[in-house]
Amino acid sequence: MVFKHKDILGLQDLTAEEIELLLNTADNMKEISKREIKKVPTLRGKTVVNLFFEPSTRTRTSFEIAAKRLSADTLNISASTSAVQKGETLSDTARNIEAMKPDIIVMRHAISGSHHYLAKRVSYSVINAGDGAHEHPSQGLLDMMTMREKLGTLKGLKVAIVGDITHSRVARSNIYGLTKMGARVFLAGPPTLIPPGVERLGNVTVCSRMRDAVEDADVVMMLRIQLERQGKTLLPTMREYSRFFGLSQDLVKLAKPGVLVMHPGPMNRGVEICSDVADGADSVILEQVENGVAVRMSMLYHVSGGGPTE
Amino acid sequence: MNIFIKGGHVIDPSQNLDEKLDILVADGKIKEMGKKLTAPKDAEVIDAKGLLVTPGLIDMHVHLRDPGLEYKEDIVTGTRAAAAGGFTSVACMPNTKPVNDNKAVASYIIAKAKAEGLVNVFPVGAITQGSKGENLAEMGDLKEAGCVAVSDDGKPVSNPELMRRALEYAKGMEIILISHSEDLGLAADGQMNDGFTATELGLKGIPWVAEDAATARDVFLAEFTNSPIHIAHVSTKGAVQIIRDAKARGVKVTCETAPHYFTLTEDAVRGYETNAKMNPPLRTAEDVKAIKEGLSDGTIDAVATDHAPHHLDEKDVEYTLASNGIIGLETSLPLSLALVADKNLTLPQLVQKMSCNPARILGIDRGALAQGAVADITLIDPEAEWVVEADKLESKSKNSPFLGMKMKGRAAYTIVGGKVVYKNV
Repeated sequence: MVFKHKDILGLQDLTAEEIELLLNTADNMKEISKREIKKVPTLRGKTVVNLFFEPSTRTRTSFEIAAKRLSADTLNISASTSAVQKGETLSDTARNIEAMKPDIIVMRHAISGSHHYLAKRVSYSVINAGDGAHEHPSQGLLDMMTMREKLGTLKGLKVAIVGDITHSRVARSNIYGLTKMGARVFLAGPPTLIPPGVERLGNVTVCSRMRDAVEDADVVMMLRIQLERQGKTLLPTMREYSRFFGLSQDLVKLAKPGVLVMHPGPMNRGVEICSDVADGADSVILEQVENGVAVRMSMLYHVSGGGPTE
Repeated sequence: MNIFIKGGHVIDPSQNLDEKLDILVADGKIKEMGKKLTAPKDAEVIDAKGLLVTPGLIDMHVHLRDPGLEYKEDIVTGTRAAAAGGFTSVACMPNTKPVNDNKAVASYIIAKAKAEGLVNVFPVGAITQGSKGENLAEMGDLKEAGCVAVSDDGKPVSNPELMRRALEYAKGMEIILISHSEDLGLAADGQMNDGFTATELGLKGIPWVAEDAATARDVFLAEFTNSPIHIAHVSTKGAVQIIRDAKARGVKVTCETAPHYFTLTEDAVRGYETNAKMNPPLRTAEDVKAIKEGLSDGTIDAVATDHAPHHLDEKDVEYTLASNGIIGLETSLPLSLALVADKNLTLPQLVQKMSCNPARILGIDRGALAQGAVADITLIDPEAEWVVEADKLESKSKNSPFLGMKMKGRAAYTIVGGKVVYKNV
């Protein structure tokens, strides 16, 4: 099968077959990073622009490394150094960049739907590296790649996602992707951080107690809690949050033996996840980061019209 | 110039008219109405066969953006859009720059409308100075200057004690208070209706309780102060019920809704469509049904557009950055006629909500076809089919969610003070 999309805006827009294709290619791409010379000529002559309107270390670096391993020319534009500071609109920024003939733009933006806005207006490919509380497809894909690699399949898995679901693009992309691939998602978090109707996004069950989500889970994915939310209307204190929604070794024991503990980073150690769990035997947090490069190579490859890899 | 309107289907529930009649207009007034009248020789004869003839339509809630925001709309283009939509009168909200909270601004609007406007413009003054919600505006002065109502539309009066006093004071000055009933704390910078669609799109929601709680408060304050109140742009099922109950126990409350609240749901926002972004936001199918029921049973007194022009640069941006509001003057009539086609309203009921009731609520001598009345008349072709196209709209702004959609029904003639100001036959 051939990947037919110009853009990757979210996993909601992709079919199970397309997700599988992206994951299969990522599995193949992973080997390149283990070579002595970590470079293939696949995207030689292509220009990939990383346009980041929100701070990011992991995702931006990962996309940049992915593009470089495929021999693309890359450059990074961040909001603090761009003309956005001078009041330029997204539309103008995008069209000015377009005039310089890039092939792919990888964008992160704080406003949900920014990528849809951009993709409708430009001829180059747009890859969503996170839009507001909407989607973060490369994170969803790297999470699924890691689960599939470690557990063999996604079908039938019980995946617990715990934390601030309302503001999480990681949660939404995982819900769409995992549901399409036949997994079941169990959400837990304080009611103030569970958005209305979230059960209808996919095969989703909302649990009011964290232990119900974690019990017998194949995967426990902890979300980053934004510290600035404490003491406002959504949460009383980090202390209480940690007591009720932090992942401790005791809770991990309720999950299936060999459970995968995941976190998209950056972690608040001692808040949503205890250090001994984050660094423990069940943690695959660094594997997630490693797979991130492979998944992003796959995404860049396919939006450039890569075609079948087999 | 005399006008003789021949053989139209005259509908005016205020005069109990629903029959084929001729109307003779002379000197800006209705001179004679009756069956088979003879046209005077010097009269311009309008063949109204197949047309509905109604008292001039009144949109009691528009934003003309003049003074100060003329890049969005001005009194000339706004009244041109009104005329094209079949409206002979509009009431314009005070959120101009500067805010219409004093006699000078009100007088400017009235003078400019008189000199350059195509239809009657009745200004709405502010409730509080600068619509800041801190001190009462000079409502007595505003009324003397020609304002027909007061409202801080777009900015609810959050302080309940100030709202109480505003109602008391407005009652004393005999000017109706129009409330934008929204609890800003609950609305909490939301971007669309709170619920499943907002969750899916990752947008912050405005819950229905933000409107219901504020509507309940305002209705209670009107009851407590025994003052009349008009609730603007009702969009939720709960607000309709609150107003229905209040009316039943004798509270002097009236209200309006806008065509988009009985035509569209929050689904229109999908794809991050900024022309479907407004406040209150588009709600659910259940709310749409309740709005229609409220119109049918008389809970909702008026259809008003909340015509809110915005420049393309304010809408052609990321969803969250886009301004709230849509234009409505030129699509209100066909969208409202659809209520008749769907049997939610009879034609006389529709005329009531688009002309008689707004005139009564605002206390203006319009909304009636009677001998001696000002000749503000709308002739409607209920069968005309057309498509909403941006470059054919008279409004300076084109921010409509109905662009490209097929409409049925439109104004054939708009007559203001005995003059044909718009014609499309």
